Amino acid sequence: MDKHLYSRLQTKIILLTLAVSFTPLLLLGVMIYRQFAAMYVEKIREQIHFRAESRADAVDLFLAERTAILGAIADTHSLAEMAREETLASCLAIMNARAGAFVDLGVIDQHGTQLAYVGPYDLAGKNYYEQPWFGQVMSRGVHISDVYLGFRRLPHFIIAVRRQEGQRNWVLRATIDPELFGRIVQVGQIGKTGDAFVVNREGILQTQPRHSGNILEPSPVRPTLFGKQTMTVDGALLGRPGVLYAGTWLKSADWLLVVSGDVEEDLAQLFSARTIQTLIIVGGMLAIVLTTIFTTRTLVRQMIQAETRLREMDAQLIQTDKLAALGKMAAGVAHEINNPLAVILQKTGWMRDLLEEEDLRDSPNFREFRDAVLKVEEHVERARKVVHDMLGYARRMEPRAEAIEVNRIIDQTVDILKNYARNNSIDIRTELDPALPPTTGDGAQIQQVILNLVNNAIDAIGRNGLIVIRSEHAGDAIRISVADNGPGIPEHLQRKVFDPFFTTKNTGKGTGLGLWISYTIIEKMGGTMTLQSKPGEGTTFTITLPIVPPPPQ
Amino acid sequence: MDQPNILVVDDEGDFLETLMKRLQRRNIPALGCSSGEEALQLIRTSPFDVVVLDIKMPGGMDGIQTLKEIKKVRPETEVILLTGHASIETGMEGMQSGAYDYLLKPILLENLLEKMAQALERRGGAAQRAQSERIRSLLPKG
Ligand SMILES: Nc1ncnc2c1ncn2[C@@H]1O[C@H](COP(=O)(O)OP(=O)(O)OP(=O)(O)O)[C@@H](O)[C@H]1O
Ligand SMILES: [Mg+2]
Ligand SMILES: [Mg+2]
Repeated sequence: MDKHLYSRLQTKIILLTLAVSFTPLLLLGVMIYRQFAAMYVEKIREQIHFRAESRADAVDLFLAERTAILGAIADTHSLAEMAREETLASCLAIMNARAGAFVDLGVIDQHGTQLAYVGPYDLAGKNYYEQPWFGQVMSRGVHISDVYLGFRRLPHFIIAVRRQEGQRNWVLRATIDPELFGRIVQVGQIGKTGDAFVVNREGILQTQPRHSGNILEPSPVRPTLFGKQTMTVDGALLGRPGVLYAGTWLKSADWLLVVSGDVEEDLAQLFSARTIQTLIIVGGMLAIVLTTIFTTRTLVRQMIQAETRLREMDAQLIQTDKLAALGKMAAGVAHEINNPLAVILQKTGWMRDLLEEEDLRDSPNFREFRDAVLKVEEHVERARKVVHDMLGYARRMEPRAEAIEVNRIIDQTVDILKNYARNNSIDIRTELDPALPPTTGDGAQIQQVILNLVNNAIDAIGRNGLIVIRSEHAGDAIRISVADNGPGIPEHLQRKVFDPFFTTKNTGKGTGLGLWISYTIIEKMGGTMTLQSKPGEGTTFTITLPIVPPPPQ
Repeated sequence: MDQPNILVVDDEGDFLETLMKRLQRRNIPALGCSSGEEALQLIRTSPFDVVVLDIKMPGGMDGIQTLKEIKKVRPETEVILLTGHASIETGMEGMQSGAYDYLLKPILLENLLEKMAQALERRGGAAQRAQSERIRSLLPKG
């Protein structure tokens, strides 16, 4: 497989792993958020419901108190008394001391004319007969008005009580401080986003809300949606999704007290406030991503390694197969060559027989003939030897099994070649493992192999160089290596050197059978033979032989 | 020596022909033929002391088969196998089937004569021993 395929595979695995790990995580997150949000909404709903109820009670109490004190003042004073401004002023002072929140106080006769007035505005002598509240109080006796602008052109509302004195009716009327009233209502606000306000039957704001709208402007709340009991209405119905409204009708006035909570904004604030948690989650995701990438990389790298190893093994298998096939072919070829050689040899023999005859002996070219015949025989012998070498080793008898000491064989081999090497200024050194166990094998054949390798090394070096022969105990095998610092073998030839008849040497100098024969011998013994070579640095041939312990004597 | 007591069997005509000429020149009473079948027929008619037999003869009985047949008909016959194949296994098989020895082609005549002399000696009769002596005398000393 090429690099491209692997990097695509890597991307696929990473994406898949991330998808598999993030999808449930995200689903879980969304689910938890949903559940949490639902719980939170429920909690806010309860809270504003309760607030609306309790605030309504408080506001009712506030209004009832003020109404009661106003009624008590009216009941305990006559019109004549009240029409005097000093009395009125002292009454206002008493009322404010007892209850508070009264801005002014006025006394109005049954015709709507204000007889006396104490307060910050100049309202004495005004006629209220046309004002809606006046009609209400005259007919009902007590009245709390909606907020209106009135003569003073400022939003306010009044509490008025009627007193019957004999045949005459008169009205005591007080203005409630709208700001103070607004503050009492606003106590109902919840959290940063909550609001509390009062609207009348038409939905007109009677107090200043915190967030949107102004007093006397229409509010989003439609009072008709709210029943007798305290009720919560979803803001979606009022064009304010995400906001909950709880409303309670007041007992003392025709007003709806509304407490609202912005769930959406609350939640958003809640979640944006959890930066640490967000960081932890993001960190966790990052960790997952990094781990996935790391694991995948490692996995793919291992796959590449496994494939490389497999390919190397394949190459070795092909090499073995090829050499085996070559061996079979060589055997067939040998027969085809040996038969003509046999004929040639008989023919030259016959020629030699004839050359023995007297008349030919005397012929002037007798020597030429005889030399030619001998040369032919010499070359037949050369050809025969090549074929014999090739077959003699390839189809040799099973290797003998005798107790052998590899170190001794190496020493003997070095002895054979030492002088020849020294003449070429080549040093042969041995580094032998003294603890090498004895094994079973064919000593002569192993010697043949080492001889071939060292001969090759000497040939490769030419003059001036070093050959190191090592032996070592490697697990259940013996490793023998022959290393030289010769010119090395070019990469493209490294697979070929084991082929029969592959040689780079001049004709007559090398047949190219040495390595092939060696390879075959080692293979028959159940071992392996490999080479490492760097052009310019040298070559190392390594033989691994399985240890077969010799039977005890 | 009128009656030839040595038989050479080889499918390679040039080889057989030349070898026969050389044996004749040395007065060795040999007969040649080019197939196993032919050889068996000859042996059935009259006995031979030594048979030189090529192993690989495509197109008919091969040397090993012929050898086994010869040994059935005339077990006393000594057979020298020739092979172009340096195959120890076939050589061994031949030995197990009763061949006296085997030689690898290409052969030198001297080697063949040597083997023949040994085989004749082994046959044991007086005539054979005399013939063996004579053949040995043809070989260069040493
Ligand atoms: N140690 C080495 N350094 C460099 N090249 C080598 C070495 N050993 C072998 N070779 C190369 O491998 C080729 C084949 O070696 P091999 O031993 O099979 O045949 P040869 O040495 O050429 O001939 P032969 O061994 O049959 O006489 C050599 O011709 C040489 O090119
Ligand atoms: Mg060599
Ligand atoms: Mg043949």
